[in-house]
Amino acid sequence: MTTSTPAAGWKWRQTSVIPGFGLTLGYTLTYLILIILIPLAGLVWNTAGLGLDQFVAIATDERTLKALRVSFGTAFAAAVVNVVFGVIVAWVLVRYNFPGRRLIDAMVDLPFALPTAVAGIALTALYAQKGWVGALFAPLGIKIAFTPLGIVIALIFIGLPFVVRTVQPVMEEIDKQVEEVAATLGASRFQTITRVILPGLVPAILTGFALAFARGVGEYGSVIFIAGNIPYVSEIAPLLIVIRLEEFNYAGAQAIATIMLVISFAMLFVINLIQAWSRKRYGYA
Amino acid sequence: MEVTVSGIVKQFDRFPALNDVSLKINSGELIALLGPSGSGKTTLLRLIAGLEQPTSGRILFGDEDASEKSVQERNIGFVFQHYALFRHMTVAENIAFGLKVRPSGSRPSKAEIRKKVSDLLDMVHLPGLEKRYPSQLSGGQRQRVALARAVAIEPKVLLLDEPFGALDAKVRKELRRWLREFHDRTGHTTVFVTHDQEEALELADRVVVMSQGKIEQVGTADDVYDRPNSPFVFSFIGESSHLPVTIKGGQILFQGEPLGISDSGPDGEGVLFFRPQDVHEVTDGQALTGKVTATRRLAGTRIAELDISADGEAHHIEIEVPLETQVQIGGELRFRPAAWKLFRNTK
Amino acid sequence: MATLDRSPQPRSRRFIDAASEPLPAKLALLTLAILFLAFFLVLPLVVVFFEAFRKGFEEFWLAINEPDALSAIRLTLLVAAISVPLNLVFGVAAAWAIAKFEFKGKAFLITLIDLPFSVSPVISGLVFVVLFGSGSLLGPWLKSYGIEVLFAVPGIVLATVFVTFPFVARELIPLMEDQGSGDEEAALSLGASGWQTFWYVTLPNIKWGLLYGVLLCNARAMGEFGAVSVVSGHIRGVTNTMPLHVEILYNEYNMSAAFAVATLLASLALVTLVFKTVLELRFGAGNAGGRH
Repeated sequence: MTTSTPAAGWKWRQTSVIPGFGLTLGYTLTYLILIILIPLAGLVWNTAGLGLDQFVAIATDERTLKALRVSFGTAFAAAVVNVVFGVIVAWVLVRYNFPGRRLIDAMVDLPFALPTAVAGIALTALYAQKGWVGALFAPLGIKIAFTPLGIVIALIFIGLPFVVRTVQPVMEEIDKQVEEVAATLGASRFQTITRVILPGLVPAILTGFALAFARGVGEYGSVIFIAGNIPYVSEIAPLLIVIRLEEFNYAGAQAIATIMLVISFAMLFVINLIQAWSRKRYGYA
Repeated sequence: MEVTVSGIVKQFDRFPALNDVSLKINSGELIALLGPSGSGKTTLLRLIAGLEQPTSGRILFGDEDASEKSVQERNIGFVFQHYALFRHMTVAENIAFGLKVRPSGSRPSKAEIRKKVSDLLDMVHLPGLEKRYPSQLSGGQRQRVALARAVAIEPKVLLLDEPFGALDAKVRKELRRWLREFHDRTGHTTVFVTHDQEEALELADRVVVMSQGKIEQVGTADDVYDRPNSPFVFSFIGESSHLPVTIKGGQILFQGEPLGISDSGPDGEGVLFFRPQDVHEVTDGQALTGKVTATRRLAGTRIAELDISADGEAHHIEIEVPLETQVQIGGELRFRPAAWKLFRNTK
Repeated sequence: MATLDRSPQPRSRRFIDAASEPLPAKLALLTLAILFLAFFLVLPLVVVFFEAFRKGFEEFWLAINEPDALSAIRLTLLVAAISVPLNLVFGVAAAWAIAKFEFKGKAFLITLIDLPFSVSPVISGLVFVVLFGSGSLLGPWLKSYGIEVLFAVPGIVLATVFVTFPFVARELIPLMEDQGSGDEEAALSLGASGWQTFWYVTLPNIKWGLLYGVLLCNARAMGEFGAVSVVSGHIRGVTNTMPLHVEILYNEYNMSAAFAVATLLASLALVTLVFKTVLELRFGAGNAGGRH
């Protein structure tokens, strides 16, 4: 594919006959720098200008901490549910053949293509006390909309495709012969699934979890309608940022945003670590 | 454990992969299922394993009908061409797998399992590799781990599906030798599938030659090489040439020309098979003449390709010529088979 | 992989296919999966359309034709018409650089491209407020030239571009990596220029993945809420996109109107999904993308 140069020493890229490297990479980097890096740098720069004291004060403010707790707690719960059901959905889509399979497979992308605000109002209508589902739970005294439970439901909706689409390609690569061999060695179907198949899926499952979790933490549009937004109780961190902005409390907004950014980057880093580890251990990602 | 295959038919949709196959495998035997792709050999192996179900017919392990048993219950060891090792487990965990999944009643203790794994690794000449992962092993090592894993459960029968197919030539030769030794030492009834006749003839006590879902011949290496019982077996095993011939008055004729050999039997038509090393150049007597089109060197002798077309039909055969004989491309050679087999056309 | 059983039914009931679950387990898993999807995915979609038409088709039409709604639709279309082509060019350039060449730092570049996925949309909008707001350097400077970024269309476009730029790239990169450079090298050896190679060789190869990426990018661009909400200022009739308009209607308790506008967006999502299904049917999975 590429012709390597005879020169020895450190070469940052392999030469190739294909043209356009400078042009495309240059354009790509320029775009990224202008649209992504400079704005992000601006935010971090500004926040740094706040001074450590003020930053810590905002960060440890009760309302901030509670909002972060709500965001991370609900995202975690939703990601766990998505892992369990996402794996089941991926399994069914990959291994079973049934009428409408392709249609259902496409449906999994719905949360990806549907605008978050639309999802938000639809879920609220469904889970409100008088909604189709909310009405089922009302007599039991269970309120879903306008509580943290409602947030979890919305985040389950949002995060599902991340788990399914990460696990699906790996499941498709599973070698049937490995399952057959396990059976010849005397393993029951259940043992084969739990000892042979699922462990092989762990890297993909972890990655899917991390993606769904990261997405859930930052989610705004689909959550604010169903959340109730009661400070200290069901207020998510992104909403707190918006509220601070509307109060013209730019320092507060930026500080919270920076904290969330740091955690997001940490998550991205963790995802990359998982993939590197699994590639080293198993020989595949 | 002896294995009896009785009247097995296996159809995939309407395609008959196996058509009324019967075979008796003796206990402790190392037997090869040999044939080209599509012959049904892998299907037969998988039926014995229980990975497929026959459309009709039975498979017996000893006296028991195996069809009543699932794969797990048959207690067979299976080795795939591409090893099928559990990538997320160490070598030791792979080998121990069959022992660890047993119900708690029949499961050996941890210490026993560890010892067994260690013994098996010694037996397959891979001592000390317990903690490695499959991705860190070479192909030959992986296949030996796969074999150790299969043997760990003390199977009644060992089944190998083209076990050396994924390895390069040198490793293949080494492992072939090693498998023979291993079999001699442990004495498992072993069935292996291959399309490589050299491998089958070298390793197996008996060879089952298969073609298009049927067994053509079962016998030792000598049997199938020296006494092939069908055109397919003759041409599949070893080098051969063949000619369509007619038998008239006890003489065998090719397009009216006598070859100089005779057959006691009624007049008719058939196909004559012979091997290059059984055909020599002759200077007297009745013989066919062919034009030399090519020669090639083969170990300590030479093979000449002869064109004996006549009346527009192309026929090529190969004969062996001693190195001292001068052979010219375009020249002519008279030849007569010293050994041959005639298969008559049945009406 | 799909267990299309090719052999006729086993005679013995105790026979189990070695690489598949017994039928009752399969049915249980299948039912569980379908119920879950129906409950969490399909139901919300159904509610959108149900609520939109609850008061009848007349009300639906009125809600859509209302002046503020129309200007929201116009603004959404305008923003998409600017952002999507920009991201399209970026996506193609990035995919070309990544798929056709080997260089150090490639993994880092790919991580950068994935950035908007891990950043909250609110933060995506916030960064532009910081950059162009009244307290920044650029904001007042641009304002002195009469260019308003925040609370105006340029800001909305910037925020939308930020949030949606990975889509085309992420569809194209695996696709082009799979395809390799063989075709392009052949074209070059026959004397084609770089541009000719791209137009006549690469583009036809990637056209379906490209189209799906553009559709997805477009659906997200039109539906982006959080980021746009922060930069737009919510000025009714001027800087409200369709999703923001839905929020306003909802907060005014004008439910059926909110859902009416929402159906437009939901229909766009459905069209995107249908297109993907059609692509997969025609070309097999993997060509239409599926790695998000």
